[in-house]
Amino acid sequence: MIKKTLTSVLSALAIAGVVSTVSTPSQAAGGAEIPSQSWSWNGPFGTFDRAALRRGLQVYAEVCSSCHSLDLVHYRDLGNIGFSIDEIKAFAIDYEVEDGPDDEGEMFTREAKPADRFVGPFANEQAARASNGGAYPPDLSLMTKARKNGANYIYALLTGYEEEAPDGVVLMDGMNYNHYFPGNQIAMAPPVDDDYVEYADGTSTSKEQIAHDIVTFLAWTAEPELEERKSLGLKVMIFLVVLTGMLYGLKRKIWAKLH
Amino acid sequence: MSSSPIEFKNPVLKWVEYRLPVFSFIDSSVGGSYPAPRNLNYWWNFGSLAGIILAVMVATGIVLAMHYTAHVDYAFDSVERIMRDVNYGWLIRYIHMNGGSMFFICVYIHMFRGMYYGSYKEPRELLWIIGVFILLAMMATAFLGYVLPWGQMSFWGATVITSMFSAIPYVGDALVTLLWGGFSVDNPTLNRFYSLHYLLPFVLFGLVFVHLWALHVHRSNNPLGVEAREPEDFIPFHPYYTIKDLFGMGVLLIFFLGFVFYAPNFFGEPDNYIEANPMVTPAHIVPEWYFLPFYAILRAFTADFFMYWPVAWLMSAKLAGVLAMFAATLILVLLPWLDTSKVRSNKFRPINKQFFWIFVADCLLLGYIGAKPAEGNFIIIGQIATFYYFFHLVVLVPLIGILERPKPIPESISTAVIKSAE
Ligand code: HEC
Ligand code: HEM
Repeated sequence: MIKKTLTSVLSALAIAGVVSTVSTPSQAAGGAEIPSQSWSWNGPFGTFDRAALRRGLQVYAEVCSSCHSLDLVHYRDLGNIGFSIDEIKAFAIDYEVEDGPDDEGEMFTREAKPADRFVGPFANEQAARASNGGAYPPDLSLMTKARKNGANYIYALLTGYEEEAPDGVVLMDGMNYNHYFPGNQIAMAPPVDDDYVEYADGTSTSKEQIAHDIVTFLAWTAEPELEERKSLGLKVMIFLVVLTGMLYGLKRKIWAKLH
Repeated sequence: MSSSPIEFKNPVLKWVEYRLPVFSFIDSSVGGSYPAPRNLNYWWNFGSLAGIILAVMVATGIVLAMHYTAHVDYAFDSVERIMRDVNYGWLIRYIHMNGGSMFFICVYIHMFRGMYYGSYKEPRELLWIIGVFILLAMMATAFLGYVLPWGQMSFWGATVITSMFSAIPYVGDALVTLLWGGFSVDNPTLNRFYSLHYLLPFVLFGLVFVHLWALHVHRSNNPLGVEAREPEDFIPFHPYYTIKDLFGMGVLLIFFLGFVFYAPNFFGEPDNYIEANPMVTPAHIVPEWYFLPFYAILRAFTADFFMYWPVAWLMSAKLAGVLAMFAATLILVLLPWLDTSKVRSNKFRPINKQFFWIFVADCLLLGYIGAKPAEGNFIIIGQIATFYYFFHLVVLVPLIGILERPKPIPESISTAVIKSAE
């Protein structure tokens, strides 16, 4: 019976698996097969590589933030990944937020504080489109969860540009050829290339490394709870396995009287 | 097996019991005075598992409601605030999110169990019918809840499903306007859906209560399908089935929380992490996995589907699809009468047993098709599977009941069980 139960549970899983692999709305036709990278946060014991997170923040701040917002993240959140409060203050101070009204009823701008959200590049969607030839650079906070196979997809996207479109493909005005973007034509120009940034820790600044770092950072912005989730999960699982084992023993013992 | 109500020694219990016999009620419902067949197998665990999940859903739902904002401008962000800033908010939300899927897994297994062992037959028809309404209420609750985070799938799923009702003649458009609270899925829609999503689980509680009430009248069926009669056929629910249900709960929690902690978005759609945007339609709009078989039936009805021809003069293919989708569930109400066999358990029905498994496979196939885009062969396969779904229930089940020669049935549970143990 247990075996049968297991089969049914597995087939339920199989259906769910089918569902999650076939319904890939955000990955419509036209994207190539996405290669898998190895990520430090994969697996049941995975954690975010702290050095990669720091470099990723730098890439975001120096490159992506000129077009993409990160609305769901607060500067204070950086404290959870090893930034000191002074570092956070020093980072935030470079940004300006509108505040107010003050005692005179006037709005004013001030330097950002740790309690503020990451300041985005544009006041609104229209302004963002106006600066990007009509295309809208989406908010990146949840990007790795908002795309199928998110982390691998973004890595592939960032490193998957081609300078010339293949023969027979006519690019629309302002579009770039990308192997992995659905439809292959993306309005975002190649955002990273070798040596786009300078790392203080001496890490290589190859295009691949930069992409790896920003994806690590974005995986954290999308799932800031990941490390806590996995470590709590381990404790809960151990507890449940022991408890269930004991309940099974008890069940056997009680039912033994029947036979 | 103790049949007389228990005596309490503790003076407090005695005092309460004398005024409100709550302890003997518990004892006779899930305690030592409730007799259960001695031979229930693990498939009988899924009812109690569904009940446990219902309680978990209500508990986590109430906490979520404390932090959620039902407004189109804030809903998505308020959910993300729960994920990021509320203490253990991510845990509460992921439990609630995956709990929906667990609920349907348990209830679908629970229902197939009922079909396999003929639990819907006399005298448990009403118990079964209440079960069908529980399923409908669950579906409504799950659909409404999925709209609340106000992601792209929330919005477009709500748009597609509510628009279905516009196919109803005369009143359709008015009905859709009423559902929406306006002329499109918008803030009023979100607010009424939230209100109803909070209400329906309590309706579910009520239905489950009546379900259990009916269960307790004639008690559980069992894998042999012969009514338990002799005292040796029964064992007291407590401690035998309380411990067995507790063990089952342990297994469920490992499975359930395994998803919550290690693959929390396994059952979800990436698109729902994009905020709802009425101007951008997702490439494929797919419902949650537990609706997929019904979605496949809905979409099977195209103008050239032969099941549509007989009613083509009467209604649009769209309306026929909507009706067929509801009929797919409601027809189960009739199952106790569609099944013409007096024998309950498929253990003794060699032919029907084969067809039972084909039916299960057909339901899985419908689920698979429901996830596929409606194009090419998927349409044809979906139509065949849809036809077979109804063909099985309306034609095969009654026919097999008449034609099949069942195997010999044991006289009683105890003779069968105790003999085989020797
Ligand atoms: C010059 C402005 C600009 C910069 C800088 C930029 N992007 Fe973009 N990005 C865009 C635009 C515009 C789009 C929308 C593209 C489209 O829809 O065709 C976009 C889209 C995206 C997408 C979504 C792709 C999808 O599947 O829809 C991701 C992910 C992304 N950018 C990541 C990044 C990262 C990471 C960086 C920093 C390394 C970055 N971008 C830097 C303009 C920019
Ligand atoms: C909220 C969802 C549900 C809950 C909490 C629930 C709960 C239960 C419980 C605790 C039992 C007794 C244990 C068992 O036999 O497994 C039971 C029995 C039963 N349920 Fe449900 N149920 C639910 C949904 C359904 C549905 C959707 C159906 C079918 C349409 C159904 C049909 C039955 C039948 C026929 C029995 C008697 C089974 C037998 O004795 O063999 N239930 N239910």
